[in-house]
Amino acid sequence: MASEKGVMLLDFWVSPFGQRARIALAEKGVQYEYKEENLTEKSELLLKANPVHKKIPVLIHDGKPVCESLIIVEYINEVWSDKAPLMPSDPYQKAQARFWADFVDKKVYDCGSRLWKLKGEEQQAAKKEMIEILQLLEAQLGDKKYFGGDSFGFVDVAFVPFTSWFYSYETCANFSVEGVAPKIAQWAKRCMERESVAKTLYDPKKVYEFVCFLKKKFGVE
Amino acid sequence: MSIDRDQNSLQHTHPQVKMAQDELKLLGAWASSFVIRVRMMLEEKGLSYEYIEQDVFNKSELLLKHNPVHKKVPVLIHGDHDICESLVILQYIDEKWSGTGPPFLPIDPYDRAIARFWAVYIDDKLLSSFIGILKAATEEAKAEKIADTHAALEQLEGSFKKCSAGKAFFGGDSIGYLDVTLGSLLGWIKTAERISGAKLLDEAKVPLLVDWAKRFLALDCAKKTIPTVERIEKYARELQATRWKVSTAN
Repeated sequence: MASEKGVMLLDFWVSPFGQRARIALAEKGVQYEYKEENLTEKSELLLKANPVHKKIPVLIHDGKPVCESLIIVEYINEVWSDKAPLMPSDPYQKAQARFWADFVDKKVYDCGSRLWKLKGEEQQAAKKEMIEILQLLEAQLGDKKYFGGDSFGFVDVAFVPFTSWFYSYETCANFSVEGVAPKIAQWAKRCMERESVAKTLYDPKKVYEFVCFLKKKFGVE
Repeated sequence: MSIDRDQNSLQHTHPQVKMAQDELKLLGAWASSFVIRVRMMLEEKGLSYEYIEQDVFNKSELLLKHNPVHKKVPVLIHGDHDICESLVILQYIDEKWSGTGPPFLPIDPYDRAIARFWAVYIDDKLLSSFIGILKAATEEAKAEKIADTHAALEQLEGSFKKCSAGKAFFGGDSIGYLDVTLGSLLGWIKTAERISGAKLLDEAKVPLLVDWAKRFLALDCAKKTIPTVERIEKYARELQATRWKVSTAN
């Protein structure tokens, strides 16, 4: 990679991990070049920028790559520190934010994938787990506007991309997010009022189309 | 050295931090690398704390109360705050006691991102590989995990070269976030070597890491927190026999 000035994001349109980076960049008002990757035929640039994992998203800033979505979000927050702080300044509040973002990372995507990949008893088990996950997150959100309190923060950025997958989870596993975690459903709507989120997330029906495509690909159903 | 009887001997206080310090407690398990790394950091920062050993297979009310989400060690209890997940705890200690000693994470945001990346890599790839050696049910599975461990260590050799920039540690002249994250695994890595017969920290493959490991293990924070290989080996063999159902013919 040449040491070109500027910001580039290697990404995949529907990836919730990539969307975290896009939302953070939008919140900060950072201009960047978006490059869509074909994940079945990864570009030279991606393989060079992320030789260890060969995954998106990768943020390339002045020629230097940053990998792993939550690490990218913290980086964006630290570099463009003049506006829209995504992290609290208190060390304990920061620790809480990192803990819950890590929780989303460990739990939501995996469990969500099991909801559409599996059937029968295994799917029921995944559904039970997803409901527990949503309720834990709801308890953490409480009556706050955002996970970050009054301001949109790290945990909000980490979790909000998955809200466009709720329709897919609900349809595949037959439950309602609003039914099991109403505060999360309301929080999701509030987040969609933010330009950064509204312009980044895809219509849930479009995400569901993608899930159906994956199901076919993996021979589910 | 018996770590679990060390509770009282770890009550040293550092005059400069005493004033800022609420009561610190650490829920831990002597064999856990995740716990060891937190203890290393507390040691480096000269912080006094009460260590409370936990039985991870028979979880106490205390543990369930302070880490209801994951029910795991380590948990750092600071006043009435609970901090869970070892890498989160390390960053918390670094930020809370930022005035004490050199920073554990680099100052530059890009270097911080690199340090964070490799810390996650160490836990996701390296740790699962060498523990996988001990859990492998067949010779084939074992060989695969040994190969994975070598591959991960070779990646880290490259990372050490870049991060250290010719100095003694990942953190430069003094130890930092990555030194502690990787250093806390050395007891178990050596145990996996001993039990499997495979050389993992091989000077032919990862010479810089081998030298770094020698330097790291000579430090006070390592000597005071990493249990002996003999002790870990005994524990690992017990786990192999009881929980991991691995026959230990050797």
